[in-house]
Amino acid sequence: MTEAPKPAPARPAGRAGRNTELSEALKAYKGVWVFIEHDRGHVNPVSWELMGEARKLADKLGVDVAGVLMGGLDEPLDAFAREAYAFGADRCYFMRDPVLKGYRNEPFTKGLTDLVNKYQPEIMLLGATTMGRDLAGSVATTLGTGLTADCTELNIDGRALAATRPTFGGSLLCTIMTLAYRPQMATIRPRVMQMPRRDDSRTGDGIDTPLGMIETDVVTKLIEFIPDATRNTVNLAYADVIVTGGKGMKQPDNFKLIWDLARVLGAEVGGTRPVVQAGWIGADRQVGQTGKTVRPKLYIAAGVSGAIQHRVGMESSDVIVAINTDANAPIFEFAHYGIVGNAMQVLPALTEAFRSHLDKRIRKVA
Amino acid sequence: MHIVVCIKQVPDSAQIRVHPVTNTIMRQGVPAIVNPYDLFALEEALRLKDKFGGRVTMLCMGPPQAEDALRKCISFGATDAVLVTDRAFAGADTLATSYALAAAIRKIGQEQAVDLVFTGKQTIDGDTAQVGPGIAKRLGLNLLTYVSGIRDIDLDARRIKVERRAEGGVQLLDSTLPSLITMLEGTNEMRFASMDDMLRAARFPIRKWNKDDAGIEDVSKIGLKGSPTIVSKVFGPTPRATKADVQVVADTSVQDVTLNLLQKIFTAHPSLEQELVERLGA
Repeated sequence: MTEAPKPAPARPAGRAGRNTELSEALKAYKGVWVFIEHDRGHVNPVSWELMGEARKLADKLGVDVAGVLMGGLDEPLDAFAREAYAFGADRCYFMRDPVLKGYRNEPFTKGLTDLVNKYQPEIMLLGATTMGRDLAGSVATTLGTGLTADCTELNIDGRALAATRPTFGGSLLCTIMTLAYRPQMATIRPRVMQMPRRDDSRTGDGIDTPLGMIETDVVTKLIEFIPDATRNTVNLAYADVIVTGGKGMKQPDNFKLIWDLARVLGAEVGGTRPVVQAGWIGADRQVGQTGKTVRPKLYIAAGVSGAIQHRVGMESSDVIVAINTDANAPIFEFAHYGIVGNAMQVLPALTEAFRSHLDKRIRKVA
Repeated sequence: MHIVVCIKQVPDSAQIRVHPVTNTIMRQGVPAIVNPYDLFALEEALRLKDKFGGRVTMLCMGPPQAEDALRKCISFGATDAVLVTDRAFAGADTLATSYALAAAIRKIGQEQAVDLVFTGKQTIDGDTAQVGPGIAKRLGLNLLTYVSGIRDIDLDARRIKVERRAEGGVQLLDSTLPSLITMLEGTNEMRFASMDDMLRAARFPIRKWNKDDAGIEDVSKIGLKGSPTIVSKVFGPTPRATKADVQVVADTSVQDVTLNLLQKIFTAHPSLEQELVERLGA
């Protein structure tokens, strides 16, 4: 029903009854767009990650990159646009209307659909967030075009977007293409793509388009936004150092050893799905396919076997250290450093080693 | 109140194995289950039925054996079940799937007008979260995704108030019926099937609709033909070129192993050491 993988030929040509040729009218669609997601004064960093990726795709195609900024009259869309240019955009399409203050599906779907029909991009990227996935599904259905969800890799094959995503819980990857329809749409998982380098000397041009909708046209009302109380306490996706525990920690009490090491390193604490399901740690700390994707500079995994569902959420970390009693655990196949041993003995020793080493270095600096 | 709950039968992903040579899913012996995310939608629908009365109609598109998934839902207390099954649906992506399900819901609505459509957040095999929004768009229903709770429904005024999970917080939304809700996981707990419902489920006549029964008007919009996306390649995760630099505690002392590890990491990544020192020293 969804993009279930079937044995497919390397090239998708020649499928019975399928149109794989782009019509002349659709060949006019040019450029790579990024929907810039923002809420309450902040751009979601995933939009800038996508801007970097859009730049790479556009350079391969020899086309421009544009950002789409939709929001209320009092929202700082111009400041966001300057950031968009610095991260690689050549142009921004603005839609400013009081109706667009605070995300709602109906006006955003209308606005983005109208912009696509008017300015005709060939590729449209959105973050795979609750906003991006809600909006992308509605816009793609309205336009009758292909949408690939939750991608982890983008490339150009011929002149088409090749969007790669994990499927079956990450056991397999599949590359999906939209050949005969435009735009080619994709949502991309946050934190998978690298944050691009910022160049504040870059500029771009802005184009304003009216929404053409008034508040009484919109059925659904946003009554209130209730921010998460824990919002600033757990920011796993953007942590520089993460210490994660798995079922190999044996007992919830042993997680204290994970927290101890995390404290010494100024790290966030993560957990695998089984550990979250057992209630040893909160769901907002889950790393993996159904949790968060992370890419810290240092990732230490203790008692984590390295199931594929976990791997897809952390494998782009710069340095991965694994501690496991089983020398054949899959995690040693993608970790950079490994210790075969009991985490309950290794963790305290590792905590002590880091503490004394870093203390010495800090004193030297001071 | 008439509620339609869309479900999918999926292979239990915890038991999925991939053939190491051909990189295909080995489905043999893998049990098929109701997509776990859909059960939160079903439970929420059943609670509304308990409160307001009415019917819960289950809808599933899939091969004939997906009947088992619908029977399971009847055992939890759903009123009726329709399986949309036809070879013409094979190979459908999310756009073609939402077209077929929307047609079937329109057909179900001719029997009794539909007030709410529920889906799960996403499936565990495709993980797209695209079919719910697609159905809503096609039927002109108000779309309420990632709903973490239903605050209030006023059947006379035809209004519904829900909490919707957003990035960094929860939106409180006020909308009208009919609407489509994709239910967030962990928001409720599935009830146990009663003995009566289990007996009823075993004998329940599940309706099977082919593409004509489901009211499909345009066959170019279903199945492979109606799917703009093309799976061009399927492959396993690439193994790392170099394996982990592994030390074994049993060979030496745990202190030696950890000190060695630090030295190796900081020699290879001096910037990491520098950053840790700066951050912790500050």
